[in-house]
Amino acid sequence: MSGNENGAPQAEVDTATAAYVLRLGDDALIASQRLAELAARGPQLEEDVALANIALDLLGQARVLLDYAGRLEEQLTGVLRTEDDLAFLRDERQFCNARLVELPNTDFAHTVARQLLFSGYALELYTALQGSADETVAGVAGKAVKEVAYHRDHAARWAVRLGDGTEESSERMAAALEACWPYTGELFTPDEVTRTVAAAGVGADPAGLRPGWDAFIDGVLAEAGLHRPETAQITGPAGLGGRQGVHTEHLGYLLAEMQHIHRSHPGATW
Amino acid sequence: MTTEAPAAPGAHDAQRRFDGMIAADERIEPRDWMPDGYRRTLIRQIAQHAHSEIIGMQPEGNWITRAPSLKRKAVLIAKVQDEAGHGLYLYSAAETLGVSREELLDLLHEGRQRYSSIFNYPTLTWADVGAIGWLVDGAAITNQVPLCRCSYGPYARAMVRICKEESFHQRQGFDSLYVLARGTGAQRRMAQDAVDRWYWPSLMMFGPPDAESAHSEQSMAWNIKRFTNDELRQRFVDIIVPQAEALGLTLPDPDIAWNAERGHYDFGTPDWDEFKQVLKGGGPCNRQRLEHRRRAHADGAWVREAARAHAAKRAARDTAGEAA
Ligand SMILES: [Fe+2]
Ligand SMILES: [Fe+2]
Repeated sequence: MSGNENGAPQAEVDTATAAYVLRLGDDALIASQRLAELAARGPQLEEDVALANIALDLLGQARVLLDYAGRLEEQLTGVLRTEDDLAFLRDERQFCNARLVELPNTDFAHTVARQLLFSGYALELYTALQGSADETVAGVAGKAVKEVAYHRDHAARWAVRLGDGTEESSERMAAALEACWPYTGELFTPDEVTRTVAAAGVGADPAGLRPGWDAFIDGVLAEAGLHRPETAQITGPAGLGGRQGVHTEHLGYLLAEMQHIHRSHPGATW
Repeated sequence: MTTEAPAAPGAHDAQRRFDGMIAADERIEPRDWMPDGYRRTLIRQIAQHAHSEIIGMQPEGNWITRAPSLKRKAVLIAKVQDEAGHGLYLYSAAETLGVSREELLDLLHEGRQRYSSIFNYPTLTWADVGAIGWLVDGAAITNQVPLCRCSYGPYARAMVRICKEESFHQRQGFDSLYVLARGTGAQRRMAQDAVDRWYWPSLMMFGPPDAESAHSEQSMAWNIKRFTNDELRQRFVDIIVPQAEALGLTLPDPDIAWNAERGHYDFGTPDWDEFKQVLKGGGPCNRQRLEHRRRAHADGAWVREAARAHAAKRAARDTAGEAA
């Protein structure tokens, strides 16, 4: 990533950086919340440990990113929102995570498929962001890259076991991939925010992450004896998606559960 | 290593050697001869302990998705993860006695082995998470610290690791309650209510009074158990009374009073009828906890089967590859 070559005004870069960091934080938070639902529900004890481990890594990333997003926003608006304000006091339309991470744990194969597609993307992303011109972003990326490499490996191993396991597991894995696939497109779709941060050397161009992700996913699918789904991408109304706060119906329930106690005690500390 | 293995000792010699090791407070290891009763007692105890760790994940896991701050959510996920890890260590310790995790899980699911009755109580509010950490993990530590010196080596070593983590849990629970007790009126009431509900069941965690304890005497003679139920219960009460004062919360026991003569706190008698009822399966959550376990196990069956099938296919491919 190079410096601010096209010379976008600093205010524009700052606004885009705040929005970008919030997206990263939301992706990690919602992915973590989904995994954390599985506590004491894993197919074996080792998976209870592993899934909790991954949920904890993602939550750690989310906390640093949301904290930073709040401070960046404060510089623009003069009003500070903490990590908890951002996690617990925003509604569906204000969350800008990719829809992929909010998809439910329909069965273990769906969890594996979601994690495979997301962590494959996250590894490409954080590898690129290690070179970010923003020190905090680069710092988060440096730590996250090791964590998501493990997440990706964990998901890939399971995808292969399930794809190349029994007839039932292979069918379930294929169905799960089909269900998640239509939500992968938006991970790689550039918009005004990503264009500005990429030009400023702060963020990564999402389209540039795609070839690495494609190659990785194709490799896993081949080893698992699975095919790349041909399901069409699902966009929201008017082509909007998670980045614009237009989500699946699943997110509302996830947030209702996550936010209810915090909201029942306004101003309380925990 | 010395040159030759000693001749296999006769049963009498083996028993004498075992008795000598127990008398000298030495550790028995898996390769050592041990009486059947000792092995059975250990399997029962370690299995019950392992089952308690994994069933205990449910009442607290119940609050992970709703934790009211991200920091508390992280602490709680880490705790529930630790409990799964404790389950793993303990099932491994039991496996050194010749019984597999699968067999033990089957016995749990069939209701033929027990887990700690404390987990048959519901976690009704967020404050229950703090109260469990403080009281339930606290009672567990009081029970388990002496087990670090248990005569069976693998169990003792597992307990050393586990106790370190349990004391984290206890401190985190205390810290969480401390914040609630100094929070809003609603938070304070929530904290007191949780302590009111968890105090008596936590005293019951030490088991029935010594006079009625079925297994105590033999376990003490084998250096599996080091203190009686009543001694441990007293030790626990002596610890939590000043802690409750520091929290600014009240223990729901009007009989608590310092007894200068004994050098201990006096305290009331738990409702042992309730204890027996919960033990027999009549607690508020017995059915729910076991059903949850059975469902998770059944839902995971196709996954475990796929992993086995894949491993077998892979091994077959490797062999074919080598032969080619
Ligand atoms: Fe534990
Ligand atoms: Fe614990």
